[in-house]
Amino acid sequence: MDWLLNLDFTTRALMAGLGIAILAGPLGSLMIWRRMAYFGDTLAHSTLLGISLALLMHLNIYFGLVTISLIIAGILAALSKQKWLASDAILGILSHTTLAVGLVAATAIQGVRVDLLSYLYGDILAVNLEDLIYIGCVMIIVAAVLWRLWRWLLAATIHNDLAQVEGVPVNVANWAFIILLALVFAVAIKLVGVLLITALLIIPASAARRFARTPELMIGIASLFGCVAVVLGFWASMQWDWPTGPAIVVAAAGLFGFSLLMSKMHAA
Amino acid sequence: MQTIVDVQHVSLVIQHRAILQDINFTIKRGEIVTVIGPNGAGKTALLKVILGLYKPTLGKVISVPNLRIGYMPQVLVVESLMPLDVQRFLLLSPRANVAKCIELAKLLNFTHIMQSPIQTVSGGELQRVLLARALLNDPDLLVLDEPAHGIDINGQAALYKLILQMRSKLNCAILMVSHDLHLVIAGTDQVICLNKHICCSGSPAAVTQNPEFIHLFGTKIASELALYTHHHDHTHDS
Repeated sequence: MDWLLNLDFTTRALMAGLGIAILAGPLGSLMIWRRMAYFGDTLAHSTLLGISLALLMHLNIYFGLVTISLIIAGILAALSKQKWLASDAILGILSHTTLAVGLVAATAIQGVRVDLLSYLYGDILAVNLEDLIYIGCVMIIVAAVLWRLWRWLLAATIHNDLAQVEGVPVNVANWAFIILLALVFAVAIKLVGVLLITALLIIPASAARRFARTPELMIGIASLFGCVAVVLGFWASMQWDWPTGPAIVVAAAGLFGFSLLMSKMHAA
Repeated sequence: MQTIVDVQHVSLVIQHRAILQDINFTIKRGEIVTVIGPNGAGKTALLKVILGLYKPTLGKVISVPNLRIGYMPQVLVVESLMPLDVQRFLLLSPRANVAKCIELAKLLNFTHIMQSPIQTVSGGELQRVLLARALLNDPDLLVLDEPAHGIDINGQAALYKLILQMRSKLNCAILMVSHDLHLVIAGTDQVICLNKHICCSGSPAAVTQNPEFIHLFGTKIASELALYTHHHDHTHDS
């Protein structure tokens, strides 16, 4: 394991970025198939509150991130059962409330210098060995859970009621997805930050759509596009001194534009 | 005939609104039960209670052990960003395999779209695909929520004919919600006229003469439907 300790910071950062991009393929695809992009955004915004609370209570940051994400997801699930507020309104309220409370809490913490900008926009060059190990663990967990639950997840994504009648444990599948999402957000925040993390999930998956005929192929291509975006973003940030997180998202958006262009040319 | 589902005093309240009030009826093996009623009468809610998707506020639904249900939902909207062909959609049923899917596609006449993206198939084709998905579960009871939803009138008649054929082939009971009274009423064993509570129920001939039914649907429709039921007192072979 010596080589892991001896990695220089750019190699570490690149490895972290590629790991997150691979994770973003399947989760981003599921997110857009389930029309949960806004839900993902809400979950991502809430993680800032998780960071602040973890710092405030001297807890492990990852623990705080995942816990707060799951609490928010639970609140969303409970609120979506009532009908007096449209679900996009609930998401809007929670998304921005948790972001605002997180910002207030982050500035209120005394004695701990919280670099807010690095959490909002990511600070990939600060990735350390511990972060790499966490990313590796999350990759193993995500792979194992998706392997086991993939068919259930697809069935529940397409028609929840139909899947439930056919005996699919839809609650297990749906909660597993949310937990995986919280785990991925927790390790990805350092890379691209609270504000841009959903983009890294959604954009490569959307770009992959027109190149895939099956769901499995789409997640593979989405992961690949994510990796390309990470490499391009890295290169741009080295070349022109761009902030790395936003540079990666810009690269992903470029890939998406390219895929749109391809389909227009096909149609013509 | 064995009773496979027994609905006992079921009431459903959602958000302080009474959706269903004291519903009682039974479904027997092989029987066709048609639920009719105006919009907002709670027809879909009743199906969902029987499917176990909604828990009744009061009362209970007793079904025989290991009752297998095939469910055909009213609408299926697959996000266009999801690459999914018809065959793969069918294979998502836990009891499906490729051979079974192809056999059903032949029976229901949609083999030509098996490799097509599910978002591109027409309304009539999609209803047949959904029927196939319901049948893949080897059902004792088929639950159909407006099976002819979004199909033209010729297609509707053909679809109901297909449903009846499948019923006699598989010998399963059918519980369906339908607006197309004139098309379904002849094949039905039991009509349940629902408007939050059961207004009236029984054989088609009896129901169409019931004052409650006439009140709910108007004299014209009632007499027209009575005509249909009488027309079909005899059976046409072929």
